[in-house]
Amino acid sequence: MPISFEQLFFWFFAALLLFSALMVIVLRNPVQSALALVMAFIASSGLWMLLSAEFLSLILILVYVGAVMTLFLFVVMTLNLDKDIQKEGFVRYLPYGIVALVFIAGLIIYALKQQNFVTVPPDSLTHPANYSNIKVLGEILYTTYAYPFELAGVLLLIAIVAAISLDLRTSKGKKQQVSEQIATDPKRQVRLVK
Amino acid sequence: MIGLTSYLTVSAVLFALGLAGIILNRKNLIILLMCVELLLLSVNTNLVAFSHFFAKAEGQIFVFFILTVAAAEAAIGLAILMVLFRNKGTIDVASFNSLKG
Repeated sequence: MPISFEQLFFWFFAALLLFSALMVIVLRNPVQSALALVMAFIASSGLWMLLSAEFLSLILILVYVGAVMTLFLFVVMTLNLDKDIQKEGFVRYLPYGIVALVFIAGLIIYALKQQNFVTVPPDSLTHPANYSNIKVLGEILYTTYAYPFELAGVLLLIAIVAAISLDLRTSKGKKQQVSEQIATDPKRQVRLVK
Repeated sequence: MIGLTSYLTVSAVLFALGLAGIILNRKNLIILLMCVELLLLSVNTNLVAFSHFFAKAEGQIFVFFILTVAAAEAAIGLAILMVLFRNKGTIDVASFNSLKG
């Protein structure tokens, strides 16, 4: 049976996604786990590209991998967790983990069968050549959902303020008086002693 | 034929893997935050798949907002983790038991 390119693409990226998600859980070193999560995001970006969500798949790489995972790796490197590599208790709780995994996955897969959904007919799934995903998103985002868009901006502002104020340490030492620094006279600063 | 069910299955298994990661993780708070990101990724994949197969763009708009919230939450979570590490000296999950009765 000939496998179409779409199917090959899907199976490759789905397998890569699930494998790297498994590696996030299983690997002992947190740096390796973070890199496995990066691989998971890249694989799911490929899957989203297949679902013709081009803007979102590229934004996933730019924002999620480029910013959030970089932040994760920064924190992992800063905390220098080499002594916490041992995962004790992993084998002891493994039956519970596997039971939870099988139960949740089985329940969702059983509930979401194809005949429960009314999807559009498959021949209208391919888009014309001048289909612009960004244009479609922009037409909706800035008109119908303009208010949530602004609220998302406010949310990011709150996140910035919160993250900075959590780590803010007021230094008791040096303080800079910028006005005095600018108002100095260069002739007065250096004195040649012969 | 890759239908909606294939993507939903992938997303379900991903969600279950994230959940199992939260359960099985005993040593490291950062792995917990990474498993939360996995959960959010599975939900996003679900929404994008529905958006494609129902030919509506609202699913992708919602993914937009979930990405925003997830990025903000990851940043604040990591800031809290840094403060916690500074005060406690470890990020072992089992050692944060000062609220235990």
